[in-house]
Amino acid sequence: MRDTVNWVTACHLDDIEQEGAIRFDHAGRTYAIYRAPDDSVYCTAGLCTHEAIHLADGLVMDYEVECPKHSGAFDYRTGEALRLPACANLKTYAVEVVQGEVRVAL
Amino acid sequence: MNMIIIGAGECGTRAAFALREAGFSGAVTLIGAEHGLPYERPPLSKPDGDGVQRKTICDQAALEGAGIAYMPGTTIAAIDPALRIVRLADRELPYDKLLIATGAQPRRLTCPGAEHALDFRSHADAARVFAGATGPVAIIGAGLIGMELAAVLRARGLPVTVIELGPAPLGRAVPPRFAARLHQRHETEGVRFHFGQAIAGIDAAGVTLADGTHIPATLTVSAIGVVPDLGLASLAGLAVGNGILINARLQTSDPHIFAAGDCAAIAGQRYETWRNARDQAQIAALNMLGQAQDFAALPWFWSDQYDLGLQVVGTPQDAPILRSHPDGTEIEFHLQGDRLIAAAGLGRGNAVARDIKLAEMLIAGGQSVDAASLADPSVGLKSLLKARKAA
Repeated sequence: MRDTVNWVTACHLDDIEQEGAIRFDHAGRTYAIYRAPDDSVYCTAGLCTHEAIHLADGLVMDYEVECPKHSGAFDYRTGEALRLPACANLKTYAVEVVQGEVRVAL
Repeated sequence: MNMIIIGAGECGTRAAFALREAGFSGAVTLIGAEHGLPYERPPLSKPDGDGVQRKTICDQAALEGAGIAYMPGTTIAAIDPALRIVRLADRELPYDKLLIATGAQPRRLTCPGAEHALDFRSHADAARVFAGATGPVAIIGAGLIGMELAAVLRARGLPVTVIELGPAPLGRAVPPRFAARLHQRHETEGVRFHFGQAIAGIDAAGVTLADGTHIPATLTVSAIGVVPDLGLASLAGLAVGNGILINARLQTSDPHIFAAGDCAAIAGQRYETWRNARDQAQIAALNMLGQAQDFAALPWFWSDQYDLGLQVVGTPQDAPILRSHPDGTEIEFHLQGDRLIAAAGLGRGNAVARDIKLAEMLIAGGQSVDAASLADPSVGLKSLLKARKAA
């Protein structure tokens, strides 16, 4: 198995609200892409580690996303689980924004 | 110091871990009536392809890692508040502080043949219901559980009839607008309803209504609400009413005994929600350790039916302000004067989750909100929250 990074164009920066998130599905998997209050962009696995709920439906405040069902919370920059019932961290993916185009290293 | 928790559901289990998270290093014993590891109840009504999920709250390693002595499948004979002892069949366990989190039991029908109706509360109940759901199903009770179950069984292609004594579904906790929308959706999906009907009798062939109508069903489920589990508390002489009576610190009439979750009534009110079970567990644990934390109730719950998601925060009143999004998502805001006290929303999937969470923050903030802004879907609730913070 090769471990080369595959840069995938996910969306345009303008597709994501500032301090917001969108869901991005690719190759049968789901991700969440976040635009921070400072316009930096991050990507994590799309489903909460507690139960399979799409995090992009959750509230983004500062650098935190809250699961829309059980209020578990994560730092979407690092994937760190911040609040119960979430205990396992989220996987994160590198992101680059080139001329407004958001690319994710999947 | 010995801490004993009776009841290993969402509330009791959370309290056990919360004691450790607060730094308590004495003995923690968690006693459950059911066998196996503590599990979450909300997933029980959402079976996957392999049947009913048993999603555990924690695994054995987490219990051991936290030094929690877990005693599943254990029946308690009595609590002796004078000696501060919990009596089991074969031994006695002394406590310094005790938490009762025994939850609630399904309310039983009293009509002839009531024993033919299955309950829907425990994992074993859910397994029986889904294993038996192979033909027409009659569900008695159009509350949240009855309606969620109807949606799941209908989605499996089974004929489903819901029978309700009241005039409409979801009468107790859901604002009328959303109850009507959910009802309409069930009708569209082909669920049949009978309202204002008492049950004359149940047998293996189905349900007979008071007016003589016979509803054929190979499976009948009773979902007419729950009654708090008060047996041990009553026997111990604790004050009980519509639940084990507790003060704002979640203390019963005995200062060494706390109660929390579905079994506990604070100012006459019980909160039968997942969130409340966890919130009260947290407060109870801290107060067992001698802190003086008051419980501030802000009820919150969700319900999923088909692809629709309902969320309610606070206690909805009459005459709400409506925010309608172009995609059909609707949020109701309930004001008292110019302060937000409750909000409810219905939309696809988790479409309302963000706005309900922001509404919860606006409620907790307790400052005035502008009704016109609440009604306008182009005004982000986050901007109202931030405007307030800046003010």
